[in-house]
Parts: sequence; C-alpha cells; structure tokens
Amino acid sequence: MNFPIISSLILLPTIGALFILLSRSNSESKYQSYKYVALFVSITNFFISIYLWFIFDPNITNFQFVENRLWLHDFINYKVGVDGISILFILLTTFITPLCIISVNKTIKFKLKEFLIAILVMESLMIGVFCSLDLVIFYLFFEGGLIPMFLIIGIWGGPKRVYAAFKFFLFTLLGSVLMLVAIISIYWISGTTDVVDLYDLGIDPKYQNLLWLAFFSSFAVKTPMWPFHTWLPDAHVEAPTAGSVLLAAILLKMAGYGFIRFSIGLFPLASDNFVPLVYTLSLIAIIYTSFVALMQEDMKKLIAYSSVAHMGYVTLGIFTMTKQGVEGSIIQMISHGIVSAALFLCVGVLYDRVHSRMINTYGGVVNIMPKYAVMLMVFTLSSIGLPGTSGFIGEFLILLGAFKKSFLIATIASVGVILGAVYMLWLYKRVVFGKIANNELIKISDLNRSEIFILLCLALLTIFFGFYPEPLLKTIDPSISNLIETYNYNINLYK
Amino acid sequence: MEYAIIFLPLFGSILAGFFSKYIGQRNSEIVTSFLVLVSALLALIIFKDVIINGYENNLIIAKWITSGELNVNWSIKIDPISSVMLVVVCVISALVHIYSIGYMSHDPHKSRFTSYLSLFTFAMLILVTSDNFLQLFFGWEGVGLCSYFLIGFWFKRSSANSAAIKAFVVNRVGDFGFALGIFLIFYLFGTVNYDEVFSQVPKYLDKEILFLGINFVALDLVCILLFIGAMGKSAQFLLHTWLPDAMEGPTPVSALIHAATMVTAGVFLVVRCSPIFEYSTLALNIICIVGMTTAFFAATVAIVQNDIKKIIAYSTCSQLGYMFFAAGVGAYNVAMFHLFTHAFFKALLFLGSGSVIHAFQDEQDIRKMGGVWKKLPYTWVLMIIGTLALTGFPFLSGYYSKDAIIEFAYLNGTSLGIFASYIGIITAVLTAIYSWRLIFKTFHGNYLNNKIKIEKIHESPYVMLIPLFILAAGSIFAGIIFKDLFIGYNKDIFWSDSIKFLIPLSTEHPPALIVYATPILVTLSIPLSYYLFIKNTKITSWLVNENKPLYNFLLNKWYFDEMYDFLFVRPSKKLGTFFWKYVDISIIDRFGPDGISYIIKRFSDKVIKLQSGYIYQYAFIILLGFSAILTYLIII
Repeated sequence: MNFPIISSLILLPTIGALFILLSRSNSESKYQSYKYVALFVSITNFFISIYLWFIFDPNITNFQFVENRLWLHDFINYKVGVDGISILFILLTTFITPLCIISVNKTIKFKLKEFLIAILVMESLMIGVFCSLDLVIFYLFFEGGLIPMFLIIGIWGGPKRVYAAFKFFLFTLLGSVLMLVAIISIYWISGTTDVVDLYDLGIDPKYQNLLWLAFFSSFAVKTPMWPFHTWLPDAHVEAPTAGSVLLAAILLKMAGYGFIRFSIGLFPLASDNFVPLVYTLSLIAIIYTSFVALMQEDMKKLIAYSSVAHMGYVTLGIFTMTKQGVEGSIIQMISHGIVSAALFLCVGVLYDRVHSRMINTYGGVVNIMPKYAVMLMVFTLSSIGLPGTSGFIGEFLILLGAFKKSFLIATIASVGVILGAVYMLWLYKRVVFGKIANNELIKISDLNRSEIFILLCLALLTIFFGFYPEPLLKTIDPSISNLIETYNYNINLYK
Repeated sequence: MEYAIIFLPLFGSILAGFFSKYIGQRNSEIVTSFLVLVSALLALIIFKDVIINGYENNLIIAKWITSGELNVNWSIKIDPISSVMLVVVCVISALVHIYSIGYMSHDPHKSRFTSYLSLFTFAMLILVTSDNFLQLFFGWEGVGLCSYFLIGFWFKRSSANSAAIKAFVVNRVGDFGFALGIFLIFYLFGTVNYDEVFSQVPKYLDKEILFLGINFVALDLVCILLFIGAMGKSAQFLLHTWLPDAMEGPTPVSALIHAATMVTAGVFLVVRCSPIFEYSTLALNIICIVGMTTAFFAATVAIVQNDIKKIIAYSTCSQLGYMFFAAGVGAYNVAMFHLFTHAFFKALLFLGSGSVIHAFQDEQDIRKMGGVWKKLPYTWVLMIIGTLALTGFPFLSGYYSKDAIIEFAYLNGTSLGIFASYIGIITAVLTAIYSWRLIFKTFHGNYLNNKIKIEKIHESPYVMLIPLFILAAGSIFAGIIFKDLFIGYNKDIFWSDSIKFLIPLSTEHPPALIVYATPILVTLSIPLSYYLFIKNTKITSWLVNENKPLYNFLLNKWYFDEMYDFLFVRPSKKLGTFFWKYVDISIIDRFGPDGISYIIKRFSDKVIKLQSGYIYQYAFIILLGFSAILTYLIII
C-alpha cells in the first residue's frame, strides 16, 4: 500500500487542532502563534491537495488512492478514495480554509483558540465527506460537520445566535435521521455499505423510492432547497464572517456532492422517478428566492437568499442528467464556493468597520474605499453570471443541459438570470454608489493588506476559471461520463 | 496583426485602470488613445486587404469550454462583415478617446474613464470577431457591462446609477432571449460555431418544435429568440427604454457606445446570421415591423423633447429602426451600409452636442440655448454637416444609405415592404424636422440662458475639434466612396459569401416618386423648420395647446416608463415582500421549525406537570394503571 495521502489530508487539520488544544497559555502573543499554527497546517494541507490533484489521473474513471481498513469486522470499513468529482471539492475546502483563518483577525474577539480548533476540525470532517466511500463513514463525517458549525454560530454569533443555531441544528438533524435509517436499511437489503460495491450490485428497485426520499430529505435541507431553506438566512446573519464563509462555500456543497454521489449513483431509477419533484423545487428556489432577495434590508440575508437561488441551479443541473447539466452544476458549486465566500467576506469587511449589516446604513462607500468597490464589483458580476467569470460557465452549462430536457424549464430558470442581475446590482448601487450616506462612514479605512490578499486570490480565481475552465472540466469529465453512462444503463435495464 | 488590434485596447485599459498612479492620469489618457489609434490603423489595413485581396482568416486563440459535444474556442474571425465592424469600432473609438482628453479634462477620474472606454473597445472587438455564438455572447455582455460602468460613471448622481442599472437589466431581458436562442441552436445543431451551424441550416427547414405550448418551425423560433437579443442591445421598440436614460453618461460615451458601436451590435447579429434569417420569413417580417415601428415611434418622440442629448438618442433609436427594417426586407448589405455611415454622422452629432454642452457648462436643455452660432462657429458648421448627413440631404453619406433602404424596401415587392418604404419616407421627414429644430433652437434665435453670460460662451479646444473634423469628412464622403462597394456593382465581390441572399436583391429601379420623394421633402423641411421654430413660434405653441393630450403623450415617450413601472417594477417588489413576510415567515417557519419547537415545548410543559413530587398522586396513578392491566387481563 502506498502512502495514505487521503487519510493524511483528513487527519492533518485535526492534529493541528489537537496541537493548539494542548498548548496552554492565554497571553496575547500566544493568540498570534495559534493562528500561525492553524495557518501553517491548513496551507500545508492545501499543498498536499494540490499535489494530489497533480498526481491524480483524470482519465481513470475508478476511484483512486483508495484506502480500505477494517473497522468493525464484517460490517463497516474505513474506506476512502477520490475520483474527478470529489477532488475538486477537496481542493475547494483546503483552499477556502486558510483564507478563513487569515480573515479571523478582527472578527473574533474572544476564544480565538477554540474558534481555530473548530475551523480545523471542520476542515477534517469536510474533506472526509468528500472522499468517504462507505455510507456509514460518510454519515459520520456528514453529521460531524454539524457540530463545529453549531458551535461557531452558537458561541461566536450575533444577538440571536441561539435561535439561529437551534434552527440550523433542528432542520439538518431532522433530515439526517432519515438518512441514517436509510443507510441501515441499505445494509439489511444489500449486506454492505461499501459505495463501490453498491454501485456494482445495484439496489433492488422496489426499495429505491423510499431510500431516495430519505437521502433526499437530508440533502434537500443542506442544499438548501425550497421550502427547507429558512434556516440558511438566519444562520448566515448570526454566524461570524468566517462561519458564514465556511457555511456557504463548503457546507452547502456537501449536499450537491451527495446528490451526485449517492442519490444518482445508488438510486438511478428513483432519481428518474423524482426528477419532476426536483425540477419543481429547483425552479421555485430560483424564482422565489430571487424575489425575496430583492426586498432584503440586511446584506447578509440578501446574499444568503441568493445562495439558495444559486443552489437551485445546481440541483436543476444535476437532475438533468446531461453532461452539460452535471458538469455545469459542479462548476457552479465551485464558483459559488469562491464567490459566496468572497461576498460574505466583503460584508464582513464593512461590518468590522461600521458594525452594521443593514443596507440603508451605507451609500457612497466607493468614495472612501475604492479598492473595496472594485473587489465587490468583481464578485457581484460573478454572482450574476457575467461571461468571463466562473459563474457564467456554471449557469450557462446548466441551462444548456436543462434546455435539452425541457424548453419550458430552461426558460423559467433563465428568468432567474435577469432577477439575479436586478437584486445584486441594486444592492451594489445602494451600498457602494451615491453620496456618502452616513458620517460614521467617513472615518473608515480601505482594505488592509490581508483583506486585499484574500479577496484578490478569490477574484483572480473566479476570473481565471471564467476565461479558462479547462482545468476543472478536464478533471471531472471522465467521471461524469462514467456516471451518466451507468445511470442510463440502469434506466434502460429496468424499463 | 489581428491580435494587436484586439489586445492593444485591453492592454491600454489595464494600464489606465491599474497603473495610472505611476504614470499619471494625463499620460495614461495619451497612451491609451495612442494604442487604440494603432488598432484603428491596423483595422484600416485589414479592411483594405479584405477589399482588394478578399482576405479572410479564422484564428483560434485558445480553448474555452469543452463539455460533451459542446466545444467552444476563443477565436478571431476576419471576413467582410467583421472587417467593416473593425473599422467602425476602432476608428470611432480612437476619435472618441482623443476627444475625451479635452472633454474630461476637469474630471478627477480621467484614467478610470479611459480605462472603461478601452475595455469597451476590447469587448466590442471580441464581439465582432467571434467565430461562434458563445464568444459573441461574451462580447455582448461585456459591452453591456462597460456601458453599465460608463452610464453610471458619475456615481454620485443617483439618476446615473439608476439609468445604469436600467440599461443593464433591460439588456438582460434581451439577453434572456438571446441565450435561449443559443441553447436552441445548440439543441438543434449540436454546435455553436457559425460555419458549422450555417452549413447545417438547410437540413432543418421543416423541423418543428413545441415551445411554451405553441408549435413553431424550429428556424423561426431560433431567429425570433436571437432577434429578441438584438432588440435589447439595439434599443428597439418595447426594449428601447434604457437608451434615452443612458444619456446620463458622459457625452463621449453616448457617441461611442450609444450611437456608433454597441447599439449596432443587434444589427450586426442579424446580418451575421443572415444564413439562418433568410430561411425564416416570419422572423424577417417581425424584424421589419419592429424596425419600422421603432423608426416611426422614436422620431415622433424626438420632435418634442428638449434635452439635446435625448433628441439625438431618440434619433439613434429611429435610425437603428431603419437598419432593422432594411435587414427585415432582406437587404442586409444596405443595413450594414447604413450602420457604417450612421456611425460617422451620429458620432459627429453627439460629439458636437458635447461641444455645445461643454460651452454651456453642462446645460442640456435646448430651451436655454440659442443664438450662439457666431460664438461656436466650428461646432455650428460641424453640427450642420452632421444634420445634413443624418437627414439624408443629397450627396452626403446618409442620403445614399437611407434612400437605399427605402428603395430596397419598396423593391421587396411585398405589401409589408411597400408599407415600410412609406413609413421610411414619413420618418425621414420627421427626422429632418426634429434635427433642424435642434439646430435652430440651439444656435439661432435669441439667447435664452440666464445663468451664463453670452460673452462667456467659447469654442472647444482643438483636441476636441480635430476628431470632429475627421468625423465630418466621414459624414460627407463615406456614402459616395463606399456606395459601390457596399450596395452597388461590387457588392457581390466584396461580401462574397459572408451574407447570404436566398433570392438575389432586385436590381430594378423603383418608381421616380420613391427615389425623389425623400431628398425633396427633406430639403423642403429645412425652411419649414426655420419658419416653425424661429420665425413664427406662435404656430408651434398653438399646435401644442390645441393637441395637449397628444403633446403630453409624446413628451412622456408614449408613457412606456410609467407602464413598465406599473407592470413589472412594483409587482416584483410586492411579490418579494409577500414571499418573504408571508410565505417564509408566516407559513414555512411558523409551521416548520418554530411550530415543532413550540409543540415540543408545550408537550414537555404538560409532562412536567405529571412530575408533581406528591407520593399520593404517583400512588394513585400506579393504582389506576394496575387496575387497567388487571381489567384487560380479565376480559381477555
């Protein structure tokens, strides 16, 4: 067996977290060194994942770097591995985490040590989600991710943090319990929880619908799909900036990943049956939340609602089961990971200075913070899917895929593109343009160096992938082809 | 060379945008202007090469998107259509760059302004040199973005920001149709590359598809969707509302983007796709109807407006209508010809009006001008040249292109074509009246400005005037020089197969009435306008008072803004609030998480009451349970 590169990816942040936990001292200087440790660990992890991407062979459709260790005899194995789809999500995670750690400077006023531990543990769990090849292991990572997030919102959040944290927990747990039941039943039906084996064996069609619904309930809450989305705005509003970033950039992607890996992979027939349901909910999410976003007075809420709309495109794209649709969904998720992270960071930048998230506090920010205005413009444009940004590639491919399946659906979904432009540009106008609205604004300073660094990384990335998405598309292409072929094969087999 | 044409403006834009701190604002203006000027010269060389040698080229820069059968490249395609557009874009852009050095000299954000202008030029070049629909769409949205930036350039003005958003959003509505058109093209042909699509078109003539419950001929639908995109960008009837508002931007922007280049992208699209449009009579008829409606509608509105830039904006709208109905009757080359000549005289008019506005210190209301022709001699002459060219005064450039449109519409032979030619003549007269009204009210009559003393009015600097002289030369000679090439004897050789004519254009001569009506009427309207607007203004005010409702209808631009506000803007806001406050909070949350936690709380409150701590209560319950079990056992 080769070097266990994936396990080291999963474990490294946790080891870092343990290291921080065990070192004692509360003096101010130590706080900085905690941060450096966390930063060092997460950046190392980022380089490992880049290396992984580098040695990963995109032309092999099977899982690579698979590690399989006995855990509970004859029952659960610790099995992890990556294919073209999961590797991108791992990269997204390892890329966003260090940026989050850099950004905590001002936002977290107390218990920095614990906060860093929470973020690092979260990174471990997220990476675990994206590469586990055993349902039980997947469930552990998937649910484990709830706990650090719950703490981040509950401890470091805003004034209504407890309500938001419980709402978040209640929603997600409710869905997950059903998924746990489904995983147990899969074990009784098929005798294994190994994903690769399950792909080969297939699951008896008569159980598929129920099992699909159980998985769906969990993923739909996490995505979030309409009408399970109301936890997201609250959670975002209350969470500290770094928490919002992790939530939007990575946590939401677990569901999209889950849909591709499990709903489609394990239950192709049921997926086919429920396509109308997913389409309906996705379209409602796109149109409905766009209208809601239009009327928001709180910047974070507005971006949260726009996240729901963007994830609506993702679910739509996945269930078109066309190559363009699924590939578009993955690009859209990566792009949304970058852009929503950046947008929440941008809101955080203003919040740190003025301590208000309300849109009407602002106006004329460009007069005082020109650099900030440029950055925010890049992300606004990417969010509305302007060609030349990664957002366009995702949306365009999704709509192209959807159009192949149904003209009507693609047409309705395209209306969301217009609405997206309306609410984002209106937000930008009210916050950035105009005369200086508030005396408090005159004193504030433009972006500092670390903020510029973070936002510039994200901005360059979204523009780069807008002009040249080949690296992403090349990585996922064989895996997606394989997925769609298997799916169509299964559908034809039973029909 | 092609690379240089396209990337020099981008380079200039980056330079002015990010490095003006190091090289200075004035220098960055000069450098970017120089770079665009080089582009313009190279574009002229290529244009000459295309004319003389029939040069064509299709360069692939890099891969863009590959997903399944979708394969899109970044590309540069040089053919007659794109070479004409290259010249128009680069030359006008270079002149506007130079003009801006003077016009924006007092603005603190000069380098940002030139950066946007150059970026716009780059996006426009990407648009016209694309070899596939997706790159076209990239440029399409790119120019829309730059237009958004430039309309909202004076960001402290709330009206400018609103106008910018309006422009972007209305364009997005058009782009929505355009995008669907691209999806449908990909669905039908499995590719978005022009050549591959066009070569397959004849195979799909009879294919029908169901769209929104209606059975369409596939090609009709493709064309209509593409045309919706063109309507948005070229400000055609129903999607025109953004263009007059876009005049909030600095005047050079209006000249470059909202007159000469960006707004003609819609015409370019239709001409470029002539191999598809030729097979769709339905779409061509729609284009023709929309084109002539716009031409007529915009001209009627222009007659009563008082803002100098808005008059010219509506005039642009109207001229774009001409181009579309030319394309609608199948005379694509004539549409291109009018696009070409229009670029010169409309840019001239806008930049000239900029010179007037500059002289009046940002006053735009023509009621507060007048009598300054001696003070602004160059501007006055230049504006008159522009007006003569626009109205189609004999032997100036507009005469050749506009008359050709009317003639070809008539020769089309269908009743729609003949009707269009009549509308064309009526609109030409209206055009003449509003254009001369503008000239007379601005330069002649009494001086009516109370704020600025007439002695203070002075002519613009040469850096602004020289570009105007060049444009004036273009306005005078572009028609007569290029007539044969675009629409005359050499047209088949020049356009070769870049424009498709299913039925060759008629070469007959239309009746003399049609040929001579326009120039005569247009010439006669000069003294008529002079009489109406200078000599005897009582008649006009009498007309206004007698027809108050009609006047208000025109003054308020047929009430389109109010209608859209009522139909779209307010309902959207209401819907947003309704979904948020009622559905999200009052239904989903109330019966979802809050409801559940409420029930659980209530339930646990009840359960808590059971645990009272009194032994006798517990004993009583035990007894109750015990007897219940006993009863159960006995009965069974």
